[in-house]
Amino acid sequence: MYLDFEKPIEELENKIRDLSAIRESKPEVQSEIESLQKQLQEITRSIYERLTPWQTVQVARHPERPTIRDYIANLFTDFLECCGDRAFGDDPAICGGFATFEKFRVMAIGHQKGKTVEDNIRCNFGMARPEGYRKALRLMQLAAKFHLPVLTFIDTSGAFPGQDAEERGQAEAIARNLREMSRLPTPILCVVTGEGGSGGALGIGVGDRILMLGNAVYSVISPEGCASILWRDGSKAPEAAEALKITAPALLKLKVIDEIIPEPPGGAHRHPEGTMIAVRKALRKHLADLKGMSIKKLLNKRYEKYAKLGR
Amino acid sequence: MGWFSWKKKEKKPVEPPSAEELWTSCSACKGMLFKEEWIKAWKVCPICGFHEKLTARERINQLVDQKSFHEFDARITVSDPLKFKDDKGSYAEKAEQTKDKTGLKEAVITGRGKITDIRVVLAVMDFNFLGGSLGSGTGEKIFRAIEYALRHRMPLLIVSASGGARMHEGIISLMQMAKTSAALARLHEAGIPYISLLTNPTTGGVSASYAMLGDLNIAEPGALVGFAGRRVIEQTIKQKLPDEFQTAEYVRDHGFLDMVVPRKELRDTLGRLFRYLQNAKVE
Ligand SMILES: [Zn+2]
Repeated sequence: MYLDFEKPIEELENKIRDLSAIRESKPEVQSEIESLQKQLQEITRSIYERLTPWQTVQVARHPERPTIRDYIANLFTDFLECCGDRAFGDDPAICGGFATFEKFRVMAIGHQKGKTVEDNIRCNFGMARPEGYRKALRLMQLAAKFHLPVLTFIDTSGAFPGQDAEERGQAEAIARNLREMSRLPTPILCVVTGEGGSGGALGIGVGDRILMLGNAVYSVISPEGCASILWRDGSKAPEAAEALKITAPALLKLKVIDEIIPEPPGGAHRHPEGTMIAVRKALRKHLADLKGMSIKKLLNKRYEKYAKLGR
Repeated sequence: MGWFSWKKKEKKPVEPPSAEELWTSCSACKGMLFKEEWIKAWKVCPICGFHEKLTARERINQLVDQKSFHEFDARITVSDPLKFKDDKGSYAEKAEQTKDKTGLKEAVITGRGKITDIRVVLAVMDFNFLGGSLGSGTGEKIFRAIEYALRHRMPLLIVSASGGARMHEGIISLMQMAKTSAALARLHEAGIPYISLLTNPTTGGVSASYAMLGDLNIAEPGALVGFAGRRVIEQTIKQKLPDEFQTAEYVRDHGFLDMVVPRKELRDTLGRLFRYLQNAKVE
């Protein structure tokens, strides 16, 4: 699937594919293929260097972008999923469990979007209900009890706006997570991998370090929602995306995130392997850092980090 | 306040009070209200019982013992980290207009005072200030009030009235949810009581942070309390929601509020509750 602004990439890739198909019979096309490949690289780089905030939103929401399942499969060994909030049920919109990252045993938790329609329906497009946030908190507290660092992977358009979710206390579930994560006595490392959708993202997003993939976005409200309220016109989402300052570089400047994890030119959906290498490197560095700190110091620094925001 | 000015005018022999000065109508039942009586009843409709929104000043006057209130951080005001603009203009201009209109500098007034002779720290939100939205100045004032309560081991009351996080300050607004909740975590660990009073409306990022984190969560009758907006939910689930959905009574019946207390009983009830929370500590 190509995004609107990826048209030149699509055209070149199609040409290269067509030529490659006849390479056997016509070896002379090889040099043309090579020059097209060079062009492709350049065009991809130049498009991705200049993404507008709204285009970045499209990349962050790309259906082929790696999900929590891909991160688990590529970064961890010995993953053991744990289910349920011990009160109501299990919410597949959030996935969590024990995992081993290189020499670290950790608790990995993240929003879960699907890749197929059925899969997406099963995990509600990554929009969690209260039981999802409560499961996440249960697993975090379990991690703290056994001194395992917590890794969270954030990728949601928001907490699920449903009647059942409201009745079971969506607001209370998120609020409690914010309070408890701020004092959880174990390192918490958060990575915004795709969409950081408001309170639904923050509900598993309070930690010692907040990292963000280069084309991820993180916002107080969706650009569409903001546009329909302030512009009274949902189609003004590109303007709202610009005004809201939701891209990784903007958030780094605002000191809301600590580091940007670069994505290969063309985005994580085009180069998942390259993305995994970058994420792995970042996790290794920050986990080692956080593990070296006393819990007391860690918690004080975490508190100060949030105290300073908006001061 | 309408009726003070009317009283003053009455002393002049010439003009009798106009109908507008004497009467108003209930925004719920549209019934005719005699302004003086309605204001004396803290803007509760005598016909249908509708609790009209109070300004933060009115709320403080209602709850706090006379002359016991001392305001904190009155100079903290909005900041504009994003230099936000929409098609109607800049946030900076909008904020200036709001300040002029309301006489407030932020969507919350904080301070200390006494409620039925019990010393408490208060943070009282005002819906008239940009919909009571939680911005960085709002968050900072509430954060400081919580830290004050912690330092002085004083009980805390937060009165919420808010549509949620303030869009114009973007992600910094969202982070105020984490910031205030982190301060509440410390208060909680220190064993200091916190009562959250949710008034009409308390939704979005405010309900999903400090408003739902009280040792006790109390709401006024009929107050709208929820996370997502009714319209968004109806569009998502493609169903009409029941009328009573997200009312204080409904939220209480689903287990997220301790009680729904009519405005005229609030001050007394808060005093009684704070006494229980304090006595438990002394024993
Ligand atoms: Zn009425």
